[in-house]
Amino acid sequence: MRPRTLISPAQLGRRRGKVVYWVVFALVMVLFTLVFLGPMYWMVSGGLKTTQEFVKSPPTLVPTSVHPGNYRDAWRVMDLAKLLGNTLYYAFGALAFQLVLDVAAAYSLSKLRPLFGNVILGMMLATLMIPATVLVVPQYLTVLDVPIFERNLLNSPWVIWLPSVTNAFNIFLLKRFFDSIPQELLDAASIDGASALRTLRSVVLPISRPILGVVSIFAVVGVWKDFLWPMLTLPDPGKQTLNVGIYSLASGVPENWLIAALTIASLPTLILFLLFQRNIMSGLTAGGLKG
Amino acid sequence: MSAPTLSKSSPASARAPHHLPERRGSLARAVKRNLSAHGFLIGAVLCFSFFSWYPMVREFFLAFQKNKDGRTTWAGWSNLSYVFNDPAFWQAWRNTLLFTGLALVLGFAVPFLVAVLLNEFRHGQGYLRMLVYLPVMLPPVASVLLFKYFYDPGYGLFNRILGIFGIPDQQWLQSTSTAMISVVIAATWMNMGGATLIYLAALQGIPGELYEAAELDGAGLWRKIWHVTIPQTRLILSLMFLMQIIATMQVFTEPFLLTNGAGPEGSTMTVVYLIYQYAFNFNNYGGAAALGLVLLVLLAGFSAVYVRLSRPQED
Repeated sequence: MRPRTLISPAQLGRRRGKVVYWVVFALVMVLFTLVFLGPMYWMVSGGLKTTQEFVKSPPTLVPTSVHPGNYRDAWRVMDLAKLLGNTLYYAFGALAFQLVLDVAAAYSLSKLRPLFGNVILGMMLATLMIPATVLVVPQYLTVLDVPIFERNLLNSPWVIWLPSVTNAFNIFLLKRFFDSIPQELLDAASIDGASALRTLRSVVLPISRPILGVVSIFAVVGVWKDFLWPMLTLPDPGKQTLNVGIYSLASGVPENWLIAALTIASLPTLILFLLFQRNIMSGLTAGGLKG
Repeated sequence: MSAPTLSKSSPASARAPHHLPERRGSLARAVKRNLSAHGFLIGAVLCFSFFSWYPMVREFFLAFQKNKDGRTTWAGWSNLSYVFNDPAFWQAWRNTLLFTGLALVLGFAVPFLVAVLLNEFRHGQGYLRMLVYLPVMLPPVASVLLFKYFYDPGYGLFNRILGIFGIPDQQWLQSTSTAMISVVIAATWMNMGGATLIYLAALQGIPGELYEAAELDGAGLWRKIWHVTIPQTRLILSLMFLMQIIATMQVFTEPFLLTNGAGPEGSTMTVVYLIYQYAFNFNNYGGAAALGLVLLVLLAGFSAVYVRLSRPQED
């Protein structure tokens, strides 16, 4: 049985309550579908229209003639394969770096408890308090000439991958999950002679699959949605992400092609969302309810 | 089971994690254990050092430096006074505060009301939750360009919809009086999903007996919301309020993409856009850093005051 909420079951059970409930419910269903799904329908169908039909007023609900060729043209003219490939490369590279380095860090902070571990954790969490945009300028100057290594990371994938590791929120989520793994399990492994790395691999990681899923999705979506940082650090058009590439090409192509390109750019994260809806929602509330 | 003496096991170690074990020779083992623990940390710590901690320190120094012909010189307070004397500074702050204010009215209230409403539904909650979160997954360029087309004064959808209700066409992004609210509406649509889901989860944690008790006392719908729903979710509400303010004060992408940053007569130029302009259009890194420092100090001060004010109420 579902828990009781604002409106009492008795009130809902009455005739008037039922009518009001279904009317409000139907209104909300229609309104939300229009407001949130409508623009996406408009985008997909707009990509199928001719340029003349696209800018016609009033707009047509269903394309009078369907031109799937727009999608092909957009793909070719805006070189979406390149942009898509770049974005995938950055996103999954960032995911790999975050999974290896952030999981190792969270494991160490949660279970190995090194000296000064709490200080390091505190300094990592402090970065969440600093407004991120304030750091864009000094971060940009840093990647122009990384101290000690004296390398310019502009236009290289490292400029996306390495800063993505500094995700204190993911480390916090992972550490909290690892904290909830009973110490006895790890003790048992260490009595059997397992090293810390072995314990991480064969005990901790298999249990942590749900949180690893959440962190992975956030990592990929984070790179997919980022705009300012890739715009600044990947000026070479051949190295750009979908967001930046489409933005810089936007004024030079016909509207219907642009809309088709937007649909193509949106598909990967929308599919990801439909596949992993439950993980994303649980991860969101896990982070939000930290109190 | 005889507990191993290494301090990393046993619950006692949780209380005193750095307590050295008393067994002879264990110092070497403690050192070894720490080496391995730090080995796991090193990658992330290096990344934080280069791309987070060092830039933080650098931001502070940049604000007091001048960069000319590749040479860095100490500038004292001149960057700050330059920034304060720029008329754009005050306009950017007025715009940013307006954005934050509007975004609080819309972006804070709407998700909460939507969550309260959805929480009452016995059907279709999964579908509605999915709908609200869908825009969050869109790349910002896609959602922003969609809204640009909807706002178009000529063939845009919004003016057609207003026309149905007999409301005259609006200029939306092209007029100084409506540009900012148009940006806020788009930003709310794009970002409200996360907050709504967080509120929903909080609402689902409210014990039903509280509502029953309120009903016995004769409370109606509004009094139940006021005296049960809001107090029961106050912790999460106040946290989200704080995060919302911090996030909206840093708004950049939405106005940048919707109105090319400044908007008509600079009416959507925000503080972060001004930082961007100083740094990447005028090559004035010192000015950008000084402006960033003002934003940082203001937000840090605001957070501190807010946390202090909201603490005593929690008893």
